Amino acid sequence: MAEQRLVVLQGADERDLTKLAEYRAIGGYDALAKARALTPQAVIDELLASNLRGRGGAFFATGRKWSFIPKPDQNPNPHYLVVNADESEPGSFKDNEILSRVPHRFIEGCLITAHAVESKHVFVYIRGEYLGPFEAVRDALEEIREDDQLLGGVTIVVHRGAGAYICGEETALLESLEGKRGQPRSKPPFPAISGLYASPTVVNNVETLATVPPIVAMGGAAYAKLGVESSTGTRVVSLSGNLVRGGNYEVAHGITLRELIYDLGGGVPDGRELKAVIPGGSSTVILTAEEIDVPYDYDALAEVGTAMGSAGVIAIDDRCCMVQLGIRVSEFYEHESCGKCTPCREGTRWMTAILRKLEAGEASDSELDLLLDVCDRINGKCLCPLGETAAMAVASYVLKFRDEFLAHLDGGCPFGSQSPLDGVVAPVNQHTQSPVAEVPA
Amino acid sequence: MSTLYEEIRELMAVYPEPRSATLPALRLAQEKHGWLSPEALREAAEGLGETPAYCMAVASFYDMFHLAPVGRHLVEVCTNVSCALVGAQQVLEAFERELGVRPGETTADGEVTLRTVECLGGCGWATIVALDHRYRTHVQPADVGAIVEELRADG
Repeated sequence: MAEQRLVVLQGADERDLTKLAEYRAIGGYDALAKARALTPQAVIDELLASNLRGRGGAFFATGRKWSFIPKPDQNPNPHYLVVNADESEPGSFKDNEILSRVPHRFIEGCLITAHAVESKHVFVYIRGEYLGPFEAVRDALEEIREDDQLLGGVTIVVHRGAGAYICGEETALLESLEGKRGQPRSKPPFPAISGLYASPTVVNNVETLATVPPIVAMGGAAYAKLGVESSTGTRVVSLSGNLVRGGNYEVAHGITLRELIYDLGGGVPDGRELKAVIPGGSSTVILTAEEIDVPYDYDALAEVGTAMGSAGVIAIDDRCCMVQLGIRVSEFYEHESCGKCTPCREGTRWMTAILRKLEAGEASDSELDLLLDVCDRINGKCLCPLGETAAMAVASYVLKFRDEFLAHLDGGCPFGSQSPLDGVVAPVNQHTQSPVAEVPA
Repeated sequence: MSTLYEEIRELMAVYPEPRSATLPALRLAQEKHGWLSPEALREAAEGLGETPAYCMAVASFYDMFHLAPVGRHLVEVCTNVSCALVGAQQVLEAFERELGVRPGETTADGEVTLRTVECLGGCGWATIVALDHRYRTHVQPADVGAIVEELRADG
């Protein structure tokens, strides 16, 4: 039986780690003191030794990202640490749990990182819907507000978003934090050179930062022994969909997807069969039930053509229609497209429209090819990955469940209302009905 | 008690560049007025030193800002993949029956607005329903009657 390996969430089952005293009792904030006794470069070196890679989805080496930040004498502008707590990827809810249950470990990670990149300003951009996690972080900050020694001159501002998936993309997040519409910027320049207020900025994910204190405490080399070579350490994996025990489970990388689904998630309920698994949030390429013996690590998943993404594993049972899944996923990206790049804005709309015709049994053979063609015309042609991942995910449903899509050409959906996704009412753009004409001059 | 204008000025002081206070200022204005009415946008703009059109342009990007009136209570049902796989549509339909409105509509007494929303980030505890932004987890259609009663009792 595969088991959890708690590092980020360590201690949270036994104690209420939202409380400073409880966190202190298990050595909380000791890693911060240890880090501050080191030079910033020495802290970066520990991170490089740990081979920690970003937990937001891109899996970029954290130590390397920090090393791109210019030294203060190279760039006199203030340096910023911006936390990406805009977790919005369908299937992922790990940062929700981390912020809610170990807010002090997260804050400690922010303070250590601020030391490493020589920043005095931390902004935590948290999605607006996360009221509970926001309150947990706010209350934890309140507990240390007057502890000047702990804060070391660093200010931490928690900034709440207002409902936009795209703000999880780091440059869109920065735009939003600057008080604008959250549309991605063209890169380069990358945030390390010109980020928030055109100043050197490191943007890190919540889980990444909450992993920093344990790394400093145990040493980078010790952390690198956890997990597997391409993917060291642990990962908080979100399990959802048709599972007996959905929830967040922290595991060492290298556990198989099958172990995650059956040992930890308890398998598929109600005597149904597993049909497919989305391995890393709805942006990732789907796997069939036959493909789940793959180890849950970066290289192994890349070898089977998919990704860990933001570690949101969605199990799908045999009642679900893959065309309906395509519609629901495509609608999501259509809704969340910021509208800046034409291929994404128009392409996701076309994807949904073609999938709807398929589902209704009104599509022709050539329209299935057209769907793949539209996907192809989004890929690699946009500023950010939103449209691209939507296209790759939906195209993977067609490629891996082609017979099911072909069956729709002949009289419509063979699943109908048996599928739980049948007729699901997706959110509409609530601003299309807005009284725009009434905007004051 | 401080005015909206003063509260927005305080927010602006938190940031190196005051325009960063736009989202928090809009939230405050919405809390005061119930929605971002033309008047609310004017007040937010006055505090921020921006134009109402700028505030409208920003607000219209974000789903949590209401550019049309909403009820005193907000019921938001997640209908993204993970919730939908375990029956979010049935939960939504139960709310439709109980409230007598369709998604996007407000009850005739102006009390409750029902919405469908994209992933709220509680997928493993589906179905997620946010009641005035507080998450309820594992919501089943059978729970809906009691939830609505509770909301209505909450004055």
